[in-house]
Amino acid sequence: MSKSIRDAFTNGKAFIPFITCGDPSLDITEKLVYAMEGAGATLIELGIPFSDPTAEGPVIMAADERALSAGTTTDKVFDLVVKIRKNTDIPLVFMTYANVVFSYGIEKFAAKTKEVGVQGLILPDVPYEEKDEFDEVLSKYGIELISMIAPTSNERIKMIASEAKGFLYCVSSLGVTGVRSTINTDIGGMIKLAKEVSDIPCAVGFGISNPETAKKMTEFSDGAIVGSAIVKIIAEYGENCVEPVTKFVKSITDAI
Amino acid sequence: MTNEKGRFGIHGGQYIPETLMNAVIELEEAYEHYKNDPEFNKELEDLLNDYAGRPSRLYYAKKMTEDLGGAKVYLKREDLNHTGAHKVNNVLGQALLAKKMGKTRLIAETGAGQHGVATATAAALMGMECVIFMGIEDTVRQALNVYRMRLLGAEVIPVTSGTGTLKDACSAAFKEWTNRISDTHYCLGSVMGPHPFPTIVRDFQAVISKEIKEQCLEKEGKLPDAVLACVGGGSNAIGTFYNFIEDKEVKLIGCEAAGRGVNTAETAATIATGKLGIFHGMKSYFCQDEYGQIAPVYSISAGLDYPGIGPEHANLYDTGRAEYVPVTDEEAVEAFEYLSKMEGIIPAIESSHAVAYARKLVPTMSKDQIVVITISGRGDKDCAAIARYRGEDIHE
Repeated sequence: MSKSIRDAFTNGKAFIPFITCGDPSLDITEKLVYAMEGAGATLIELGIPFSDPTAEGPVIMAADERALSAGTTTDKVFDLVVKIRKNTDIPLVFMTYANVVFSYGIEKFAAKTKEVGVQGLILPDVPYEEKDEFDEVLSKYGIELISMIAPTSNERIKMIASEAKGFLYCVSSLGVTGVRSTINTDIGGMIKLAKEVSDIPCAVGFGISNPETAKKMTEFSDGAIVGSAIVKIIAEYGENCVEPVTKFVKSITDAI
Repeated sequence: MTNEKGRFGIHGGQYIPETLMNAVIELEEAYEHYKNDPEFNKELEDLLNDYAGRPSRLYYAKKMTEDLGGAKVYLKREDLNHTGAHKVNNVLGQALLAKKMGKTRLIAETGAGQHGVATATAAALMGMECVIFMGIEDTVRQALNVYRMRLLGAEVIPVTSGTGTLKDACSAAFKEWTNRISDTHYCLGSVMGPHPFPTIVRDFQAVISKEIKEQCLEKEGKLPDAVLACVGGGSNAIGTFYNFIEDKEVKLIGCEAAGRGVNTAETAATIATGKLGIFHGMKSYFCQDEYGQIAPVYSISAGLDYPGIGPEHANLYDTGRAEYVPVTDEEAVEAFEYLSKMEGIIPAIESSHAVAYARKLVPTMSKDQIVVITISGRGDKDCAAIARYRGEDIHE
């Protein structure tokens, strides 16, 4: 039995790395999961590649393209998780786009996600208003649909947080995913509003690229999410990325 | 259970990142207010009439009618609007709305460049900053329009991701909006995207069918038997259909870009080859593979080279109220040449898809019937590309 999403937040600050499955190959994705867990990651976001990822910056878009060109499909990602689950019980969430789940069949996707042992799902193009269509099916299978709040959410934060499951994904900045030099949003204020209505763990993502920012973000949140900075290393080192990614993840988990 | 807001049957919705939710809510509230504001409507009407040149003519195509030997053919001349296409109807409405909302910057996607030119025009007119996203492929196919946009003071950003066409330009514009919301309005060019865009764009384009109805009644004393328009996202088509939806005796026919044919991978005919999906903020039909990856579609027409169709069209198809037919590149090019020689009107390659289907349909109808084809834009922009298609290299 795998750990739950909540378990990722019980032992100090959570660190949540994101990688795109199949970039550069599914074998490397598998190795990265084990290596990142060894380096202190407490939950891993596995991206199922999509042709047109509208919430991603150029780094993750390129990763999606590489993964798709390498022949990655949703079914192959499920097969990969079956392998991973033989070796680790770290909580896992899928990150993909509505159409990947919808075209697979929401029910079939939820059943398969449960069967292979993934605990949650992030769909950046499914906001609060559209979540029931997915959530009503996913919850039957015990899969937690992760909610997001953004710097523009304002009065929506409490509404979103009150129904959030697993953890609340706090988007640090406007725009798409990608490395940023500074983060100016009042994230502490956003999280305070969320915590007024829910005890949900809050993790900050978008733009975190180094141990210093990760540390700063976890001062007022329960965890940090890093995607583009890791995917950039994968793009640079290709098949040889496991060691440098491990080092990078370690530098962050040491800091937070 | 799906959210009922902004739905056309099962289609539509608001499938967008949380970052944009308050922006679309703000837009919806502003639109709901201003659409009933007499002052706003007066201002818009003055702009449409005095600046854009409305109402556009409903022209009886006598030679074409005689040549085809069936129904009487009328052309709705949206090509005669200022900027040369129907796009200006929507853009003037949205730019005025954005201005009322206190926005100072317009961004937009463009395929053929007609929507980009219209947006750049409105921005110049209203003293707003303007950034246009255009697929790199299309900046080559429609180089003249790139120059026009820059001449009008807009910044044109070539989009290199994906297939470098309209879909990618649209994604890039959405991303830019996510990045900068407070002073920026995304002036979406078609009846697509998240609610309220499909409704706003349709309402601003509905002037086309409102005029067709009045003009046809005046000239013929009755409604047309069929109205035809080309469909990419579907803005000129919904504009052509909208005021006839309740008139069940009027056939509504959308002409999709089949590219090299609906049995090839090089097609953009969404109704003919797509399936239900969720993309660019809406649930509708999309060309996609078995895993939901959006297909790299193709059409000679940059304006119809889009893998989806607006949600209201998807619903008109589901309910059987409208029919959608595929038209190939070759048929469209022949129609482009046909209308030029037959009536002295060079239609946009997009609109030529509707002309092409009319050439098949009209001869099957009787002489007391009436067909209206919307000529959504003029074809000057396409001359170099069509010449290339015919093996002739001309320098503009």
